[in-house]
Amino acid sequence: MSHISPTIWQFLVKWLTNFALFPPEASKIAPQMDALFFFMVLVSLIGLTAVVLMVVSFSILYSKKHHPVAVQIEGSTLLEATWTIIPLGLFMVMFVWGALIYFRVYTPPANAMNIYVVGKQWMWKAEHPGGQHEINSLHVPTGRAVQLTLISEDVFHSFSIPAFRVKREAIPGRYTTVWFEATTPGTYHLFCTQYCGTNHSRMIGDVVVLTPEDYRKWLASSTSGNSLAQNGERLFASLSCAACHNARPDARGPSLANVYGSRLALSSGGTIIADDAYLREAILNPSQHITQGYAPIMPTYQGQVSEEGVIALVEYMKHLDSDYRVQQTTNTTDLVPGSEGKAPGAQAPAVNGTVKP
Amino acid sequence: MNTNNNTIVDIPDQATARIPQPNFMTKENGLLSWLLTGDHKRIAILYLISITFFFFIGGALAGLIRLELLTPQADLMATDTYNKVFTMHGIIMIFLFLVPSVPATLGNFLIPMMLGAKDLAMPKINLFSWYLYMAGGILALYAMITGGVDTGWTFTTPLSTHYVNTNVITTGFAIFVAGFSSIFTGLNFIVTIHKMRAPGMTWFRLPLFVWAHYAASLLMVLGTPVLAIAIVLVMLERTIGIGVFDPVKGGDPLLFQHLFWFYSHPAVYIMILPGMGVINEVISTFSRKRVFGYTAVAFSSVAIAIFGFFVWAHHMFIMGISNYAVLVFSLLTMMVAVPSAIKIFNWTFTLYKGSITFETPMLYAFGFMGLFTIGGMTGVFLGASGTDIHLTETYFIVAHFHFVMVGGMLMAFLAGIHFWWPKITGRMYPEKISQLAAIVTFIGFNLTFFPQFILGVLGMPRRYASYPPEFQVLNVFSTAGATILGVGYLLPVLYLLWSLKYGAIAGNNPWQATGLEWQTQSPPLTENFVVTPIMDHEAYDYEWLESQKAKEVASAG
Repeated sequence: MSHISPTIWQFLVKWLTNFALFPPEASKIAPQMDALFFFMVLVSLIGLTAVVLMVVSFSILYSKKHHPVAVQIEGSTLLEATWTIIPLGLFMVMFVWGALIYFRVYTPPANAMNIYVVGKQWMWKAEHPGGQHEINSLHVPTGRAVQLTLISEDVFHSFSIPAFRVKREAIPGRYTTVWFEATTPGTYHLFCTQYCGTNHSRMIGDVVVLTPEDYRKWLASSTSGNSLAQNGERLFASLSCAACHNARPDARGPSLANVYGSRLALSSGGTIIADDAYLREAILNPSQHITQGYAPIMPTYQGQVSEEGVIALVEYMKHLDSDYRVQQTTNTTDLVPGSEGKAPGAQAPAVNGTVKP
Repeated sequence: MNTNNNTIVDIPDQATARIPQPNFMTKENGLLSWLLTGDHKRIAILYLISITFFFFIGGALAGLIRLELLTPQADLMATDTYNKVFTMHGIIMIFLFLVPSVPATLGNFLIPMMLGAKDLAMPKINLFSWYLYMAGGILALYAMITGGVDTGWTFTTPLSTHYVNTNVITTGFAIFVAGFSSIFTGLNFIVTIHKMRAPGMTWFRLPLFVWAHYAASLLMVLGTPVLAIAIVLVMLERTIGIGVFDPVKGGDPLLFQHLFWFYSHPAVYIMILPGMGVINEVISTFSRKRVFGYTAVAFSSVAIAIFGFFVWAHHMFIMGISNYAVLVFSLLTMMVAVPSAIKIFNWTFTLYKGSITFETPMLYAFGFMGLFTIGGMTGVFLGASGTDIHLTETYFIVAHFHFVMVGGMLMAFLAGIHFWWPKITGRMYPEKISQLAAIVTFIGFNLTFFPQFILGVLGMPRRYASYPPEFQVLNVFSTAGATILGVGYLLPVLYLLWSLKYGAIAGNNPWQATGLEWQTQSPPLTENFVVTPIMDHEAYDYEWLESQKAKEVASAG
């Protein structure tokens, strides 16, 4: 092959060995979406072939050479109706089929395992409930529904896993969610697909799908010592949240035990479900959401706590199942790393000034 | 009548033929007579020169993009530079080329002539809109030269308001100004079509070119102000921080998307409808037949314009808008696909029992039909909410809108330029080389953009300066195709310029077309017609044309 330049030769080798035409299907939704995709490809091919065949055959049959005088035709209501109704019908099938898949992709099952993802220029940070952090990678197990709760710290990003056929925009100021169930172990592309500035094309990473056993091993080897809720607990203490949210009878703020998922009455009238988005808003824009019976005295924590911090706090609140837990937190100023398994804050003496005598 | 079986071209005997004098080009001389003209035909030519200029700047930027993507690494330019290049490519091509392309050149030139009018209703406003366009264009170039802008042509907030440090305000203002040019053009067309039709020219005798422009003008007048508002808000956000789009201040960054796409989705119909208008005229003329289902085609233009306003949120399916909003917008998107399908089938059946010849405009029109069908069908892939999740924001969407905008609109523009070139200049373009250019364009186009569909299905995101190595082969194809496409676009510039001096003299009606614009001299008089024409027949009435000819022969004999 001495007469072929090495560059071209390399290129040919690459072409023959590494020429992808269709992405791997590695999630439960992928084959469902591909079925619709191929249905559409089929319809398009039939439509295109019909148009091309007609154009070519009319061009031959009715070229000026073969057909010197045109026959004037006004039109045909029957034909117009045909090519209005048939495409409309096909498009409706695609619409309904597409909507079914869309609702499936964006309606997570109740038992899904939740992973938080924060996008920022130009990296993805994933926060697992067990406290594992990852940057530009995401480890997930097969056979388990995984819900991602996404938010951006700055501009719009978009979390795209082509092999799973899912994608969701990460937006500043609000949570978005998407879920999937991985089926095939392997390493897949993770892209940011919403243009986000200078290093947009470097905001990429790997999605690593592991078998459940491997996933457990990975979880064990990547733990930072504290769970996400424990990090939140520590933050809760250091921000002195417990000064008001301490579940005492004379507390200035509402108790947060079991608040997650409950229906709250607001002082503005009306009620709201305390979900992730509400809890986040209540931390960052508290004056907008005053719970009935409390004075609007909570300061905003905008700028004092990062999106990851908010996530940790939300995760902590999700796990607050009794007033006892809150009061324990009140007494917590330092959580010793590695205290996992013990009652949080159990060994820490009360030293901060918020504790009332 | 000529007896050649392969062509309908009927040009006068070259030995005796002369370009008729006076005509609108030679009536007055000097630069000032052009810069201060109120003549819609001269303004059309000013536009033609300026949009061609901007097209080649945008095209050069496209060339840089394709060169960068030849290799997986970002090695030709820094990622920041790449971001600026694709941003300017988008802004120039959309706001300075595609939006004004057919309406401001061919529309400007032909609408008064097709209506049998002397000029547009407001000639001075028409000239003013060209100056606005030029002001916008020069400002955009200034912004590009003094550092560029890297927001993407979509100006997504909060990236554009808080995070980039480039000429967003200058560029935004350029688009704001150019937008008014398009509002005025649209307004002028609407008034002219309502008020200046010749006696007998009823709405259903209008050429479909005029119907398409009427629909597009409605979109320009109603949609562009919303873009202007969105851009002003971005500028205010950057300068004084009003916070409408800033979540920290209680604003909503998604609001920008709503405002922006409320214009920018109808904008694609502003771009494509006039192109569809051109295709009607070309297909009818070269198959010697009335357009099949005239009323259906006319109303489908209006239907596209109306539905086109209610589909904007299909650009936001994955952005966390409510699932039920997605349902509604997906449904409406399917609705807007139907009139486009109707048009394709009507054009196809116009060929049925026609008497077809294959001059260059017809070749471009065939190219349009094929590529627009692919572009339209792939739009349905994106309109169906489920598949949109996977395909949006990838090269699939890039390929889709290039099939519609370049494969559709640019093909239509070139079809129109070749078709009316004899009317505009009085001279024929060289046929053989232009047929070659049409074929080269078609091949180059497919090679450039078809691989991008596959890249998109594989998941390659748009606006990436570097990409995983397994995508390289398809990108190499695409870049190779772009080179061929470049040749296909350069050729017409060369031979059209050549034909200005050396082209055969065309006579009034070289294609034997039925439109009123063909029933007067080429190039036309400044007043278009010697006497106001009276429309006593339907559009595309080839029998009327024959009888006119017979009369002429009789009176001459």
